[in-house]
Amino acid sequence: MTSATGQWKVGDLRLSSGRRRSDQRMRALFTTAALTTLLITLLIIFILFRDAWTFFVDVPKGDLWNIGWFPRRGIFDVKTLIVGSFMVTGIAMLIAVPLGLGVAIYLSEFAKPGVRKVLKPIIEVLAGIPSVVLGYFAISFINPSIVTNLIGGANKAFNIASAGVAVGILTIPIIASVTEDALRAVPLALREASYGLGARRVPTVFRVVLPASISGVVAALILGVSRAIGETMVVAIAAGAVGGGLFSTDAFQPGQTMTAAMAALGFGSDQVAGDGLAFQSLFFIGFLLFVITLLLNLAGDRLVRRVREEY
Amino acid sequence: MGLATPSRFGAQSASDLTERLTGSSRDIKGRAVEWTLLSALLLTLLILVALVVNLVDRAWPILSGRLGDFLSSGIDASNAADAGVWQAIRGTLILAIIVAIVAFPLGIACAVYLEEYAGRSRVARLIRINVRNLAGVPSIVYGILGLTIFVKFAGGITGGRTVISGGLALSVLVLPVVIITTSEALRAVPRSIREGALGVGATQWETVRSHVLPSAAPGILTGTVLALSRAAGEAAPILLVGAVTGLLRTGNQSLWTQITEGGFTSMPVAIFSYARQTGADFQAVTGAASLILLVLVILINGLAIWLRNRFERNW
Repeated sequence: MTSATGQWKVGDLRLSSGRRRSDQRMRALFTTAALTTLLITLLIIFILFRDAWTFFVDVPKGDLWNIGWFPRRGIFDVKTLIVGSFMVTGIAMLIAVPLGLGVAIYLSEFAKPGVRKVLKPIIEVLAGIPSVVLGYFAISFINPSIVTNLIGGANKAFNIASAGVAVGILTIPIIASVTEDALRAVPLALREASYGLGARRVPTVFRVVLPASISGVVAALILGVSRAIGETMVVAIAAGAVGGGLFSTDAFQPGQTMTAAMAALGFGSDQVAGDGLAFQSLFFIGFLLFVITLLLNLAGDRLVRRVREEY
Repeated sequence: MGLATPSRFGAQSASDLTERLTGSSRDIKGRAVEWTLLSALLLTLLILVALVVNLVDRAWPILSGRLGDFLSSGIDASNAADAGVWQAIRGTLILAIIVAIVAFPLGIACAVYLEEYAGRSRVARLIRINVRNLAGVPSIVYGILGLTIFVKFAGGITGGRTVISGGLALSVLVLPVVIITTSEALRAVPRSIREGALGVGATQWETVRSHVLPSAAPGILTGTVLALSRAAGEAAPILLVGAVTGLLRTGNQSLWTQITEGGFTSMPVAIFSYARQTGADFQAVTGAASLILLVLVILINGLAIWLRNRFERNW
């Protein structure tokens, strides 16, 4: 058969080799880009683990559980940093959980569409505030005007509590947006069934909608904790104790967190040159931080998926 | 009276009946809960207002006195009267350009792979989980990555502690943001658009280039703009990579010097430097710098929201 007869050959339907080649080339390019993200994760793990392990082998184990965190003097009390991080995170959650959940429930279940349309972008603005700005807010407003006024005996310019409050403000939008997504994923039919049985709005929200989206709400809290633990600049600016700090559980004293300790070790021109152990402690703390946030993020991610798949 | 009217229940009118059905009292508990939730929202807004008012209040001596001078002066951590943010603004712009060059193409390409090519394969699932986790990695960890890879390992190419290393570290940081927002934009493009192109014999790449990407462009643009604002506000990673926190001695280094010899800074790093100084006049400097950064970031985010609303399509 020839084309002269007006009929097609199978070969005519085949792609020209140029088009096929460019298609394959682009496919390879996109695949490479996607694999790069895996490479990034592997690199993070490899880099952190390598030096963290060297540090762990080299450091006298007694120094890991001592009286404070003074890396430049060879005192690496990790407990000081972990307790500091937990205190900041705990205070942050005291602020962020009620406000974040309140905002989410109100916007999703109570606000009229017009009100929601105006308020939601404003809450999103909060999510975009750079953390250095909130760090400055902590030392210029939260501490002098609120913390020292409300708490008798709190008179430090830099302390864990004010840093915690500022980190909490940063965490509100995350908790609010993840919770709101979860609440809005609950089908309208569930609410209507509840109303149809004569339930009012409050029982409907708290006995039907919230339980139906509970895994999403828990996910919001987990992701909030992860964000608060990883926050660096607020704590570096507002919590004091730049070079090191004694072990302390007093939230109204200067304190040190894992992230702030890393920033203090890593920045500037005096980047712990010379002392190998101090520099490697940066990687050790980084590895701890990475593992903690990774576990939290994986758990949170799983729960978020679950809500989405359920409905 | 033949008909069974509500009067059988002792009610005289519809409103009486409503009252009997809803109980004698108003829904007081419901109102109370609603107001409590509303007050959480109002308190959150109040925090935002307090933040802005506090910044303006602190920054007022500079805003009213020497705003032009402040914007054009260099970083000076020894004398508040001469301190400014010129190099910081320039550094932030250069970093943003590097992020746009590196992170946008890479992120968009990754998202295209995930949404258009990968399907439901196991590798694709792994990459998706991986990207979502990268989005939650603390920013300072990206600083360590930048320090080890871009400053030490690839120092011969990047020049070590230079603005290029900083830009690359920020690019890695915002990559997940670009990927996630681009994926969402691609997912919103209806199947029929792709089928239209594939149906007339376009290859997959031709479909993506001529149909999918143009249809998703507004969403992708919004995502990249948001990623830029995130990069503009981050300090922790570039601190570790080696941004200068004190006085930039050479004053107005050329771009070439920043690239070859290092010595760069950015707005968030400058704010961090100023916040560590003591004294009321440095409070004003820090406040003014914070206000400028906040306005910048809100403007960028506003642009993103405007783009989203302006070009949003309902298929």
